Amino acid sequence: MTLLNNDQVVPRLEVRNICKSFGSLKANDHISFRVLPGEVHCLLGENGAGKTTVMNIVYGLYRADEGQIFLDGRPIVIRSPHEAIALGIGMVHQHFMLVPTLTVAENIILGTRPLFFSRSSLLTNTWEIEQEVKSIAERYSLKINPSALVSSLSVGEQQRVEIVKALYRGVRLLILDEPTAVLTPQETLELFDTLRILVREGLSVIFISHKLNEIMAIGDRVTILRDGKVVGEKLVCQTNTQELAELMVGREVKLTVEKKPASPGEEVLVVKDLNIEDHGVKTLRGVSFSVRSGEIVGIAGVDGNGQRELALALAGMIKPSAGTIKLCGMDLIGKSPAQIFRAGVCHIPEDRQKMGLVMDFSVAENFVLKKFSSRPFVRHGLLHPKEIFSYASRLTKEFDVRTPSVKKTVDKLSGGNQQKIVLGREIDQKPKLLIAMQPTRGLDVGATEYIHQQLLAQRDRGAAILLISTELEEVMALSDRILVMYEGQIVGETLAERSNVEQIGLWMAGVRA
Amino acid sequence: MELVGSLLQAALRMATPLIYAAIGETYNERAGLLNLGIEGLMLIGALTAYTIAFFYQSILLGVLGAAVVAGLFGLLFAFATVTLKANQVIIGTALNLIGLGMTSYVHRMLFNTLAGSAGNVQVLPTLRVPVLKDIPIIGPALFEQNLLVYLALLLTPIAGFVLYKTSLGLALRAVGEHPKATATAGLSVTRLRYGAMVFAAMMAGIGGAYLPVAHANTFVENMVAGRGFIALAIVVFSRWNPVNVLWASLLFGFTFALQFRLQIVNLRVAYQFLQILPYVVTLLAMVVLRGQTAQPKALAVPYTEQV
Ligand SMILES: Nc1ncnc2c1ncn2[C@@H]1O[C@H](COP(=O)(O)OP(=O)(O)O)[C@@H](O)[C@H]1O
Ligand SMILES: [Mg+2]
Repeated sequence: MTLLNNDQVVPRLEVRNICKSFGSLKANDHISFRVLPGEVHCLLGENGAGKTTVMNIVYGLYRADEGQIFLDGRPIVIRSPHEAIALGIGMVHQHFMLVPTLTVAENIILGTRPLFFSRSSLLTNTWEIEQEVKSIAERYSLKINPSALVSSLSVGEQQRVEIVKALYRGVRLLILDEPTAVLTPQETLELFDTLRILVREGLSVIFISHKLNEIMAIGDRVTILRDGKVVGEKLVCQTNTQELAELMVGREVKLTVEKKPASPGEEVLVVKDLNIEDHGVKTLRGVSFSVRSGEIVGIAGVDGNGQRELALALAGMIKPSAGTIKLCGMDLIGKSPAQIFRAGVCHIPEDRQKMGLVMDFSVAENFVLKKFSSRPFVRHGLLHPKEIFSYASRLTKEFDVRTPSVKKTVDKLSGGNQQKIVLGREIDQKPKLLIAMQPTRGLDVGATEYIHQQLLAQRDRGAAILLISTELEEVMALSDRILVMYEGQIVGETLAERSNVEQIGLWMAGVRA
Repeated sequence: MELVGSLLQAALRMATPLIYAAIGETYNERAGLLNLGIEGLMLIGALTAYTIAFFYQSILLGVLGAAVVAGLFGLLFAFATVTLKANQVIIGTALNLIGLGMTSYVHRMLFNTLAGSAGNVQVLPTLRVPVLKDIPIIGPALFEQNLLVYLALLLTPIAGFVLYKTSLGLALRAVGEHPKATATAGLSVTRLRYGAMVFAAMMAGIGGAYLPVAHANTFVENMVAGRGFIALAIVVFSRWNPVNVLWASLLFGFTFALQFRLQIVNLRVAYQFLQILPYVVTLLAMVVLRGQTAQPKALAVPYTEQV
């Protein structure tokens, strides 16, 4: 901690006035900050603030348009990851950079040995290599199995492999890009323990995140980015989440969701013993639950534990192999997605760009996507543009979609505005059941706030809401009841007001209630 | 017994050009490049080898020349597909058309003939290993062959060793599967893919050269006759494993050899039916093996390094 205020210390890394544009978009606009030896330096910013871009520049994946980089006080030029690695810079990417068909040890030594004409090019001594990898991992108490295939590992394990990969290359500066996005709360704590060991040994860590609590927990210093610019730098011990949130967003924000107590009515959705098989793999195994009107049931869980299949089955897009789905007593299995939609089930799909919208259709066309074939939008078999436009204009206003015109194609809009179109289209149906899958993924704080309010308003109107999210904070803030999925099963259930993160975290890791 | 022995011997001979081409293409596809133009490269190799052997009376020089010339075309393919990121299927198809058109044209120009053969070249001598060649059944196949057959037999285990037991092989396996991970590990995707493509083209060139110098002793237009496409099938059939290439090539070589024998025996079947045997086996193999998942993930997908 004494190091932090000391201007005499030569920074491990200093970036000065880094600029980078993609076409007309300024992703980085004169970014400068310093990272000291032995500190965890956080980069905080909303999606699209430019955090990944500046780190890709430091790692040699992108070339900066302008600016300098200094390592231990010396100016350096980094033209490729190869050069970055040689300088002792390691990066764990947001999407892991591991080859699934290779073993852990193979992934770790990939690219570290000469390709030709050297004794060390021979990899016949597999056992020795694996021991070497293992000893490094053990030194930092990271549990990995060097001979396992990467494709068989959980995300948490893959992340450990990425860290060992960097350590094997002798990093002195380790960059972690949103490392906790895929972890359970317990795995996050384990990661923090590892990072503390690393900085104690003198490494510098750059920790990228948009989660304020994590920055408070692990950071020594934090640089805040907004729209490609540095808008502040703070010592973590001298700031708080409220201040950081306002710097990040650029205005006052409410960090907590305010909601009235729920007053649930009768059961709207009843799912019994639902099973799904995909190419012989059971993705859903005996799932049973119900959602009542006027309540939000949240499904938490690490990505890929059957949430996707559950949502698709409820919307009629995949066929379960066994079980029943009933909406107000009516059987939904075997009905087409359109029939289910008309019965009052609306669906905010996980990927708005692939499933929620037609990206090269206009705002207006997307608003009527599910009902353009009925009156008043069609007459005598012809579309009725006037009706469509006036309907779209009303929804645009009602749902605060920022677009110059309803004739603009939606690919020109920001993620937040795209999501408002999906949400508006679905909510305007006054659904009996609303399935919201990852409704705020990739959205900024403002849009997230808006979507949350809308979901709560639907609940208070009397809709049954099934919220599926891998963001535990979101599930805990919005839900009245929380279910946890693991490997296609519901492994835990709790009332939101009685929930605690540790318990849910254990369930997410598969520890049974 | 003797019949089986000589059939096996012929099978291995017919398999040899397939082994070269398929080993090269296995490396190429492991690196993420799909070369549908093997057929064209083999034709280029065949004409080059024949021409050099014809004018300089040196088979060895002919084979080397075939490797070099095909390698240059491989460099061109790599430039188009890796650097310019052109569609590999289209470039490969173009390579086949160029190979067929150009070899036919150059052959007629140089040798002043119309389509037919312009004369024979020396045969690659058969090297007999005394005593061992008299082992029943496998003796003639393994110990009474020419140099290129012996080298092909050595090539598969060596190619397997390099792919699975060296850092070069590790890099190749990685780059066809997940090029971005390979790049972030500090390797050059471009260099690896150029290298794999040039190697694959040289191997196809040698495979093609085999036909005039060790099989037909002359050049005829389109003499590769689909072997390039069979090599592509062999790569899939072997599940991208160079060691399996040997067995798969032997299977196809065997159908070629059998087809020749059956024509001689005079079954009362139109010889055209026998000639299609290897191609039918290829089709059957592809049908049986459909949906196999050993295929490199990034096969035929261009990779853009960021700027
Ligand atoms: N390769 C690219 N091409 C074009 N635009 C890009 C590219 N990479 C990032 N961007 C854009 O630059 C901005 C900053 O992105 P990024 O650095 O990934 O943000 P963050 O990591 O903070 O979420 C975003 O608007 C993004 O769309
Ligand atoms: Mg990012």
